[in-house]
Amino acid sequence: MLFSYLKLAWKVLLRRKFFTFISLFGIAFTLMVLLVVVAMFDYTVGAHYPESRLDRMVFANFLHVKFKDGGNMNTPLSYHLLDKYVRTLRTPEKVAIASNFHATPSYVGNRKLDLDLRYTDATFWQVLDFNFREGKAFQEADVKAAAHVAVINRTTARQYFGTETGVVGRTIVVNQTNYRVQGVVDDVPAMRFCSYADVWVPITTSPDDLQHVQLNGDYLAIILAKSSGDVPAVQAEFERAMKRVPLPDPKGMDYLDLHADRLMASFSRQLMSPLTEYKSDGLELLYPILAGLALLFMLLPALNLININVSRIMERSSEIGVRKAFGATGGKLVSQFLVENIFLTLIGGILGLSLAYVALQLISGSDLLAYARFELNWQIFAWALLVTVFFGVLSGVYPAFKMSRLQPVQALKGSGK
Amino acid sequence: MEPTLTKSPLLTGAPAAILLKNTPMIKLLDIEKVYHTDTIETVALNRVNLTINKGEFVSVMGPSGCGKSTLLSLMGLLDEPTGGTIEIDGRAVTSYSDKELARVRNHKIGFIFQSFHLINDLSVLDNVELPLLYRAGMSGKERRQRAQAALEKVGLIARTKHFPSQLSGGQRQRVAIARALAGAPEIILADEPTGNLDSVMGDEIMDLLLGLNRQEGTTIVMVTHDENMAHKTERLIRFFDGSQVS
Repeated sequence: MLFSYLKLAWKVLLRRKFFTFISLFGIAFTLMVLLVVVAMFDYTVGAHYPESRLDRMVFANFLHVKFKDGGNMNTPLSYHLLDKYVRTLRTPEKVAIASNFHATPSYVGNRKLDLDLRYTDATFWQVLDFNFREGKAFQEADVKAAAHVAVINRTTARQYFGTETGVVGRTIVVNQTNYRVQGVVDDVPAMRFCSYADVWVPITTSPDDLQHVQLNGDYLAIILAKSSGDVPAVQAEFERAMKRVPLPDPKGMDYLDLHADRLMASFSRQLMSPLTEYKSDGLELLYPILAGLALLFMLLPALNLININVSRIMERSSEIGVRKAFGATGGKLVSQFLVENIFLTLIGGILGLSLAYVALQLISGSDLLAYARFELNWQIFAWALLVTVFFGVLSGVYPAFKMSRLQPVQALKGSGK
Repeated sequence: MEPTLTKSPLLTGAPAAILLKNTPMIKLLDIEKVYHTDTIETVALNRVNLTINKGEFVSVMGPSGCGKSTLLSLMGLLDEPTGGTIEIDGRAVTSYSDKELARVRNHKIGFIFQSFHLINDLSVLDNVELPLLYRAGMSGKERRQRAQAALEKVGLIARTKHFPSQLSGGQRQRVAIARALAGAPEIILADEPTGNLDSVMGDEIMDLLLGLNRQEGTTIVMVTHDENMAHKTERLIRFFDGSQVS
């Protein structure tokens, strides 16, 4: 029966080419936009290089201070705070501490290069999975000795030395400081805020006074749990540890808010703070809002498609009447038209996927975001499939239901039009 | 005692219709059909009581708008009466659910329409298979065989792969008859089956229907405008203004 439905669906599509084109265009364009957004979203918060063990990672990168006068302060953390209270946690497998990245001038002859520089400890290289093209990461001893060594990415190697190979051991001058290149890694996309940089150097070479006792600073921690199932235990221990952090100004400050969040939650906690007032990570609001926006975005073309489908289906009123007369139940007819509509949307889905691929290539090629190479993967394809089928059902179910309710005699007379 | 439906081996060869003549197949009791629009109320059928027995070939005549097509739609469960009861093969079907009605239509009734109502996007064979698609548990192979047998009966076995648009009016109506026969229904309801055909083709179709009635004992109710056709059937019912007049 399914084959018979599909055969008929194909013929119906060919019969009204203009309607088919309009329908397919609407579906393909909507899906393209959604897929591009999903691909970018996945690229930013999915488990990708060098954060491929994301399921085991939590991030502590922002501190919220609530003042007694009602004021708020949001700030990155100090090295002291992370070193004393986070590095000493017992449940995680490893804790890496790094600075945020900052654009730092460097010169090749007379040409200025703005390189993003990040100070890291040695554990940083163990927590993240960088692909070393040559050389290796700096070690604990280098960090202890505040050795002037650096790991650079391929683009920097190419731009600074004119080659990506054989640069280990050569000197790069960043911020008027000489560093000996110890390793070259693949480029990290700029959206990977916690790991991205052009040049990584030992944290001990930072001009900051790392031991200065204060809350705010310029640092973050990436915590690797022993397993993904262990993450809640790590978070619980983190929360307990944060309760021990003394308020530097108990008269003015009310409390501190510092959490070890998964990557998505760490974004959401900041983004949703106007609504959550820092009482939660805001994911419980963010996901419904994102889903709502996606639904709204799909709803408009879906309404259009519903409209087209209603007239399309009602044109086939006589067929509906005949099918009912010969024993089709309302349910069978609904499933027939849903199959047809899902078939149509799947064709639109394939077109949308191809358009999304082209769009992502164009966005990647435009260098809008440094080192971003958006790609479609199986996960996104599965998303596309899900979204397409949802779209197909959304736009097909109402016309199919409306039509299935017709009395056969009305349908035969064509009064469903 | 009610006459039995089973054909005894001793009686094989006797016209099946004779055995069944006194058993009601379709019974209409006090049937009313009123159409409402915003301003007017039209009575299409006014308290109609009518029994069609098993194996009967009945024709229904009357001027346009007298309610004869409405009558056929109600008998075929294509529409709901405003009042009264319909019994098919001894069962009151008026309160049946959509699913139960669909089952009765699928198993017991075959329709033939004036304008054929074939699905133009489907081949002749696919059109004829249509009623069997809705029969639970029937394999594709069996569907095909039964559809081919039905096409054989109407003399169109050579046209299985054609599409309705490639056939003449008479051939299309024969495809429609094959479709009505494919499910081996006990009742055939034909709404002006020869209305769109010339007299030669009309006669061909009529002969087919008469043959079906005589050889297979199929109960047939046919709405027609054609006196000649009507006189070929066993019983003629006349309608006027929503009521049976003879």
